[in-house]
Amino acid sequence: MDIYLLEAIINGILLGGVLALLALGLNLIFGVIDVVWIAYADIVMCGMYALYFLYAVYGWPFPLACAVTIAGVAVLGVFVHLLIIAPVLNSAPINQLLATGGLLFFLQSFATLLFGTDFRNIGIRLPIIEIGTIFLSFSRLIAFVVGLIGAIVLYLFLKRTYIGTAIRAIAQDRDIVGLMGVDQRKIYLVTSAIGGALAGLAACMLALQYDVQPFIGNTFGPIIFMICVLGGLGNMIGGFIASFIISQIIAIGGYYSNTELSYVLCFTLFIVLMFVRPRGLFAR
Amino acid sequence: MRMSHIPMLAAAAVLIALPFGAPAYILHLVIQILLWSFIYTAWSLMGRFGFVSFGHGAFMGVGAYVPALLWTYYDVTPWLGIPIGVVLAALLAVVIGVPCFRLKVVGHYFALVTLALSQVVLLSLVAARDITGGSLGFTPKAAGNSWYALQFSDKGTFYAIALILWLVGLSVWRQIDRGIGREALEAISEDEDAAAAVGIDVLREKLRVTVISAAMTALGGALYGQYMMYLNPETVSGIAVSLQIVFAAVAGGVYAMLGPTIGAVLTISLTEGLRVWFGVNFVGAANTIYGVLLVLCIIFMPQGIVGTVQRLKFREPPKAAPAE
Repeated sequence: MDIYLLEAIINGILLGGVLALLALGLNLIFGVIDVVWIAYADIVMCGMYALYFLYAVYGWPFPLACAVTIAGVAVLGVFVHLLIIAPVLNSAPINQLLATGGLLFFLQSFATLLFGTDFRNIGIRLPIIEIGTIFLSFSRLIAFVVGLIGAIVLYLFLKRTYIGTAIRAIAQDRDIVGLMGVDQRKIYLVTSAIGGALAGLAACMLALQYDVQPFIGNTFGPIIFMICVLGGLGNMIGGFIASFIISQIIAIGGYYSNTELSYVLCFTLFIVLMFVRPRGLFAR
Repeated sequence: MRMSHIPMLAAAAVLIALPFGAPAYILHLVIQILLWSFIYTAWSLMGRFGFVSFGHGAFMGVGAYVPALLWTYYDVTPWLGIPIGVVLAALLAVVIGVPCFRLKVVGHYFALVTLALSQVVLLSLVAARDITGGSLGFTPKAAGNSWYALQFSDKGTFYAIALILWLVGLSVWRQIDRGIGREALEAISEDEDAAAAVGIDVLREKLRVTVISAAMTALGGALYGQYMMYLNPETVSGIAVSLQIVFAAVAGGVYAMLGPTIGAVLTISLTEGLRVWFGVNFVGAANTIYGVLLVLCIIFMPQGIVGTVQRLKFREPPKAAPAE
């Protein structure tokens, strides 16, 4: 087998880990409680800037900077819910999409205003692993492992804990859940905080391999929405697998032609699958 | 009706007098406002019935690039190229619309499918960089002042074209607003199954308005390309343009005829104003304010600016046609 193709496939797997990690929080927000944060990837971008400033500018130790970033983005998630989602929660879901679309505009241009369009790197160079003649990026390996652990933990949390059950219940019927003695407002806040924290976690991992810039959300935003739908909304394991399908298309497509065409293929596949299997690839 | 004649006549007088007195810069802005108004109006034909499409970037991209490429590489006059682009965009709308409407892909899922469509067109344009110039953009072959090439050295001619286009857009809006189809579409947006049960051909009604909207967007894109004489995948297709179209239309108000136009006036003057006042150091300033306004608009005035003003004025739900 062609060694470069093999390398493309392996890098695809590792890119899948990054995408899976990014899709995790979105899958909780969009998939489980059916709230559309179209600006999710831009919230991740905020986290990346936070990490950049804490670690690279103010010189905090990396684990502490990560912890603060995750907590900070979780708080941001709560604010997004309180300020933007809560007022439109009872109107059509399309209004959530439009309102968070305004947030997307705001975050991207506010970041441009504050930080300019420079690419900033936090300056951590993790070693490149060399197996035979194949080069692997260690930071992608970490993202892969964190993404996998995150998916499993989130799955168990939703299935095994009381609050996880309540979160799944609220997705099915917002009103009836109240009658069962669940405080909807609290559940929404908790879910938004967890979703934000996961965005923060993704930001920490992403900052290890990508430069921060205001429009980085555009690179990942559409793709992770596709992943959530392909994997089946709210299906954490399905989302995890879908990340790898998408990343393989990108990696192998990029190997045979160019990156843009492999993205075109991804989006076309998404459109077709929306028609053929609207409940996701793994729906029964 | 009598009273509303006076501001209308005044506006008409200003619009007619404009090319004779206004500085080129103002004329340039007004042409842009008219072209974008036309596109926003096209979007609102669907948007007002709750079919929120994020795919209009795709239609605009097709409409803008097809005539420009045909003209530059094959010497096909835009008089032929523009209709080809418009037909292709309409076909694209059918290809995406039929399965969507048949399989009841609605609401935010419809938005996501059309969002993917915009990305497909954007990335295809970038990928075909050998002929489209990719992200660097594309400049159509210049032909000086020529009706055959639809290129004009003076802004006046183009102003007239943009003005006519805008009026055509408004009259299409009015046709749909007055037609029986509007009742059908409103019923569909309330409850698709119930609408089908009373004998409305859901697929046909939705498809009709979608194709009209897509074709108009492509036409607007084509003339925008002819006017600017420079196309960039990012400025005529893709998510950014789709979002811009959606938000300007929603902010202005999709339930009133002049809503999208007001949206265009506001967004373009805001962008220009901030650019002139602050210079390029504050590139993000306009969009920052814009973003905040949008969130506020969606939360507090889902009917848009014009819709809200009308409601305050007439103290009635502004779902009805604009005042006559």
